[in-house]
Amino acid sequence: MTSTAEIVSRCEAIFEDLDFTAARAWKDAVPGRKVVGFLPLYAPLELIHAAGCLPLGLFGGGDKLEVIHGDAFYQSYICRIPRSTVELGMTRRLDFVDGMIFPFVCDVIRNLSGMWKIMFPNVWTKFFDTPQNFDPEIGGSYYVAELQEMREGLEALTGRKISDDDLRRSIALYNENRRLVRQLYAFRARQPWKAPTSEVYLLMRAGLMMDVAEHNALLVGYMAAAEKEDRPKRDNVRVAIYGSFCEQPPLNLIKSIEMAGCYVVEDDYILVNRFLTEDVALDIDPLQALAAAYIGHSVETSCKYVPREGEKGKFHVDQIRKAGAEGVIYATPSFCDPALLDRPMICKKLTEEGIPHISFKYAENSGQMQPVREQAGTFADSIKLWS
Amino acid sequence: MSEIVKEPSMLLQKEMIARNYEAITSKHETGRKVSSTFVPGNLNELLLCFDIVNNLPEINAIQNGMRKLSGNYIMDAEKAGHSEDVCTYVKADIGMMGAGNIAPNGKPFPKPDVLLLSYTGCYTFMKWFELLREEYKCPTLMLHVPYEGDGHSTKNMRDYIVKQLKEVIIPGLEEVSGIKFDIDRLREALRNSAKAEDNLVWVLESGKHKPSPIDAYFGGVYYIGPIFTAFRGTRDAIAYYDALRKEVQARIETRQGPITPDGSNFNDQRYRLIVEGPPNWTNFREFWKMFSDEGAVVVASSYTKVGGMYDLGFRHDADNPLETLADYCLGCYTNRNLPTRVDILAKYIEEYEADGLLINSIKSCNSFSAGQLMIMNEVERRTGKPGAFIETDLVDPRYFSAANVKNRLESYFQMIEQKRLGTAKAA
Repeated sequence: MTSTAEIVSRCEAIFEDLDFTAARAWKDAVPGRKVVGFLPLYAPLELIHAAGCLPLGLFGGGDKLEVIHGDAFYQSYICRIPRSTVELGMTRRLDFVDGMIFPFVCDVIRNLSGMWKIMFPNVWTKFFDTPQNFDPEIGGSYYVAELQEMREGLEALTGRKISDDDLRRSIALYNENRRLVRQLYAFRARQPWKAPTSEVYLLMRAGLMMDVAEHNALLVGYMAAAEKEDRPKRDNVRVAIYGSFCEQPPLNLIKSIEMAGCYVVEDDYILVNRFLTEDVALDIDPLQALAAAYIGHSVETSCKYVPREGEKGKFHVDQIRKAGAEGVIYATPSFCDPALLDRPMICKKLTEEGIPHISFKYAENSGQMQPVREQAGTFADSIKLWS
Repeated sequence: MSEIVKEPSMLLQKEMIARNYEAITSKHETGRKVSSTFVPGNLNELLLCFDIVNNLPEINAIQNGMRKLSGNYIMDAEKAGHSEDVCTYVKADIGMMGAGNIAPNGKPFPKPDVLLLSYTGCYTFMKWFELLREEYKCPTLMLHVPYEGDGHSTKNMRDYIVKQLKEVIIPGLEEVSGIKFDIDRLREALRNSAKAEDNLVWVLESGKHKPSPIDAYFGGVYYIGPIFTAFRGTRDAIAYYDALRKEVQARIETRQGPITPDGSNFNDQRYRLIVEGPPNWTNFREFWKMFSDEGAVVVASSYTKVGGMYDLGFRHDADNPLETLADYCLGCYTNRNLPTRVDILAKYIEEYEADGLLINSIKSCNSFSAGQLMIMNEVERRTGKPGAFIETDLVDPRYFSAANVKNRLESYFQMIEQKRLGTAKAA
């Protein structure tokens, strides 16, 4: 059996490879294959997969990419992820990507979709606007038609029809993926010393850059190996991380929080394959099924409207309780409108619920971890002493 | 510093705005219901059908910016936990609430009866109203307007908006107001809108004259006031735009420019500019003077399209009342994608025979600002006219550096001169 170290090492290599060698190899393996990149946060990967394409998660350039061209496109007060994404594009690291999906997150990502159309006119570029009305008859119907439009766009890109059966097969694979991801998160919440977040994170990131079936096998392998491995349990505090759904922190920041005495038992890193919280139905029209899952069973996060005031932050509190977290670190990328506008409301809810919390900002290329370690360490100590 | 010299239409508008604030702040005496809603994609004609008064948080923030109150409000909001990174309209609004929520007429704003969240072209609106909802505990009606990511709207987008109007917004407003929806009343308001819109477009397009009888940015923010706010759909708006048109017509006939902040006629127009992005409000007059002192007149701007792109042909259509509201919401400037914005600005440069594009990039407005450097480069490439970039903020005085802005503007005007010399030599 493969060890967790081997699995994590493989994932880390994929995560750190800004030339996307694995995705290029996937494409080259069979003539005619296409790769469709997607930015945070949620995109219907099932459709891309059913079109025979590789959905490639693009989460910026991290702390390993020197941004030169990208900075020329953005003012100082705009977050890092669009800069490094532009950098990836301009340095031809994404020259094998045939299509790009920009899901709705915020105005920056929205505008980036138009920039991509100008910069890369030969790439099929789609802004994907998910509904903010959660009535199945209103937002749901709109969403079905949007999915159909995306289906037709992918068909035009690949030159092949996506049948309902193709879609159902993909949905089944992604249902399996979501189940395994939920299992892994539940496993981490139960025994976080056996599944450190720095490892789980790499598993998730790499999983969004490979075929879903391969990722499913990887998840099964990791959980089996982690269960068997004997890792010491420390006297750490159990925390949840929120605010990090789009621009991702450097891996060192995640590790630093753990090194400061925190077990991260709940988080909103990436969220893509946890966005739908239940299986997508297989016994109805597949687009209807995807829409119903989004409308009825998706996470609360800052780029979604919460229709009822009393519900605001409730999802977070429920998740915190379920995971047994003792406190929350609200960690946000600088200049992130969604997370920073949400922060006062979510933190107010946490205060009302008696859940300790702290907040700080980061950037994907943050290098100084000492302040994070000190802040997280002090937070952990305060929970141990006073909560 | 003395007051800005007002043109007659500005005085008329001042009276209208004062009347609207009076209607808002006297709701307890009159029994009228009050909505808070946003400028882009607002549904004023619909609100009129329910006798609901329209209050606009952005306009209140602008008012507070111009009256030098916003700086403290913003810092108060930051002290209360709001980030220094986010929209300063939001923080000015929240800070104002903490300081007693006093309207420009000196009376306290009442709690709104409904938050009508018409979510067009700006992500922040959604969170802003979630924040206000916490404070006011009143119903929030969300109208989600999809973004025109592919450069055009689709039938699905339009149907989605119409469905929300029918099934969420109208029933919600009926409940709040106790008034049954009357589509004929809406049609009447839409007819009024279209009449006023015709004259607004005529005024905005008068910038094609030389000298331009208008400043389509600093003067333009006054011109759009009634139609982008509580008056679209009213006879007041028709009267205002009639008066404005006559005022501008008179200037065209006598070859006069608009009035400068100092009160003189701006006839010595040396530079004709297109401006992209909102103005700075905390130093509005100082900012304006930097242009007029150098002889720079703005002949067209994108900010005057933020509440509707009437110059591209859209008019509210009484024959298709709900569909036209949908089309209006979809077509607001910041709901259009980057390539479309480039097309619009390049077209303005050509049609208004402008010397170049100036971008005022706003720190706290990603809806406008993210991507503007690319817009500038693209417009320069397509038109051959020079572009320039300055950075300020909406209502946060900490982000207005007069010396920096002035330096950049002066350099830009020199660049235009050099370009002209080069063109002349080549000829």
